[in-house]
Amino acid sequence: MKILVCISKSPDTTTKIAFKENNAQFDENNVQYIVNPYDEWYALVRALELKEAGGGNVTIINVGLAENDAIIRKALAIGADDAVRIDADPSDALYVAEQIAAYAKAQNFDLILAGKETINYNGSAIGGMISELLGLPYISLATKLTMAGNTATIEQDIDGGTQVVECDLPLVISAAKGMAEQRIPNMRGIMAARTKPLTVVSAVDSAKLTAVKLYTLAAGRTECKYIDASTPEKLIELLHTEAKVI
Amino acid sequence: MAAKTDNFQHPDYYLMDELLTDEHKLIRDTVRAWVKKEVSPIVEEACQKAEFPKQWIKGLAEVGAFGPYIPVEYGGAGLDQISYGIIMQELERGDSGLRSTASVQSSLVMFPIYTFGTEEQKKKYLPKLASGDLMGCFGLTEPDHGSNPSGMISNIKDKGDHYILNGAKMWISNAPFADIAVVWAKDENGDIRGMVIERGMPGFTTPETHGKWSLRASATGELVFDNVKVPKENIFPNIKGLKGPLSCLNSARYGIAWGAIGAAMDCYHSALQYSKERIQFGKPIAGFQLTQKKLAEMITEITKAQLFTWRLGVLKNEHRATPGQISMAKRNNVNMALQIAREARQIHGGMGITGEYPIMRHMMNLESVITYEGTHDIHLLITGMDVTGIAAFE
Repeated sequence: MKILVCISKSPDTTTKIAFKENNAQFDENNVQYIVNPYDEWYALVRALELKEAGGGNVTIINVGLAENDAIIRKALAIGADDAVRIDADPSDALYVAEQIAAYAKAQNFDLILAGKETINYNGSAIGGMISELLGLPYISLATKLTMAGNTATIEQDIDGGTQVVECDLPLVISAAKGMAEQRIPNMRGIMAARTKPLTVVSAVDSAKLTAVKLYTLAAGRTECKYIDASTPEKLIELLHTEAKVI
Repeated sequence: MAAKTDNFQHPDYYLMDELLTDEHKLIRDTVRAWVKKEVSPIVEEACQKAEFPKQWIKGLAEVGAFGPYIPVEYGGAGLDQISYGIIMQELERGDSGLRSTASVQSSLVMFPIYTFGTEEQKKKYLPKLASGDLMGCFGLTEPDHGSNPSGMISNIKDKGDHYILNGAKMWISNAPFADIAVVWAKDENGDIRGMVIERGMPGFTTPETHGKWSLRASATGELVFDNVKVPKENIFPNIKGLKGPLSCLNSARYGIAWGAIGAAMDCYHSALQYSKERIQFGKPIAGFQLTQKKLAEMITEITKAQLFTWRLGVLKNEHRATPGQISMAKRNNVNMALQIAREARQIHGGMGITGEYPIMRHMMNLESVITYEGTHDIHLLITGMDVTGIAAFE
């Protein structure tokens, strides 16, 4: 089975988020990047498990500039066979999806996997867009994926329960928590990643249709106020005048 | 004891990451991820019970902690010395006992076999040591000869087609479960010789040392040799004298200089977090000057130690690091880590003495680390000898 796994970079989860250029740009100063966990822990690891069970090839694809090679090497160290980086700034979802679709079109992948979203932008857009551009079926938010011949069986969380769907390959899936377990690379994998092919491909012409105008940080937690149990009316007053929830 | 989530993130006040390659950082993140997943959840209980979790051996091998700088053809990873240092730092961030196990296997067992061994010895032992299928230990220190190893009384006698080994070694990490021991003993000419002793050789026993208050998650023992028949092919042919074991110690001490930073970082990380959450007199204790003094001095000393070891790593990669430079870094960094553990313990108040936080465990571990592989005082005298040309310990 030929599997393509789309990976994106995200700031490490302990990063202190800051903005610059009048809050229109993410400040990358001192930010350590990781492979987006939904792409790595679930999409990539499940792809590797499927390959280990039934043979095949797992290719990584990333849209980004040369600094992304570090996270691509990590994905190769975890076990992917080869990687492709589309050499472009990935600042618009449709633009990114068009780059990936343009590459994937000629490659006849049986399965294209992406994380359900990035942990920084939470766009949840790429998987669906790729499937549309390639004319392939799309199953989103998959928590379980099993294969029987050419047919994939996928579980999805739905409100109050789960849903099981079947779909023949080729297929695009976005992976959610539950699909696989994080896999830590080993030294053999790190050494092998040095020589695995990482092909850099030029971007195709595509318009960027969206641009971020402004970032705002969520308000931090405010100090806890204690109200004496003998004055419940004070609580009501604060909920009304300060918290403005009643 | 409930295991807490290990949310450690290393401090990098001087942007040292920019001095590392992507592969260095990948190795660091890999070892850290393994420590968070496999070590942090159980290390406290292992220490409380004074047990070495044997399942760590396979994991240590997989993350490349056994002989990372040994060439690939002998089962190592062929990495540079900075990679080795980073691995030691991340392991000791988890626990000094864990790092000790890896240090001994790499620098005190694989290094001498690779450096002084015959081709047959290298092929026989190194790949299995790298994979953790064989575990090793190192016998130099004796009950009456610690800082003065040249006074050792362990000895071998030539019996024609074999040697007979007699003597005893003490304070030997990994001894209770080691499959092989690299042992140093004097021949009939008084020359110190190195050899590989295998478990199962008649007359060779490894009684465990009990009752330690330090390195409790690491097994320590003695090596006792009672007329052990040693085949001649087990002797290292290419080395005689104290420089054999001392070159092993140089490699291990270099790793310890990095490892101590890991323990210090863990104490600092915990103290910084705790001080921002602990409210006294209506504000976090991090807002008080005396706490800030402790934290500011900790990050200053960690940063200095990072610069120390990074430079030493570059010199070691270029084969230019001297024993004096390595002594200076080992002494400075271990002492730095121990002082930080003590200050961090103060910041944690009473909580600092419990197993809820790693502080007391690191502090007790570091009391061994400041003594083994050359004591704090001996390393000072090595520096003294280096700058004056006069040995003060003889």
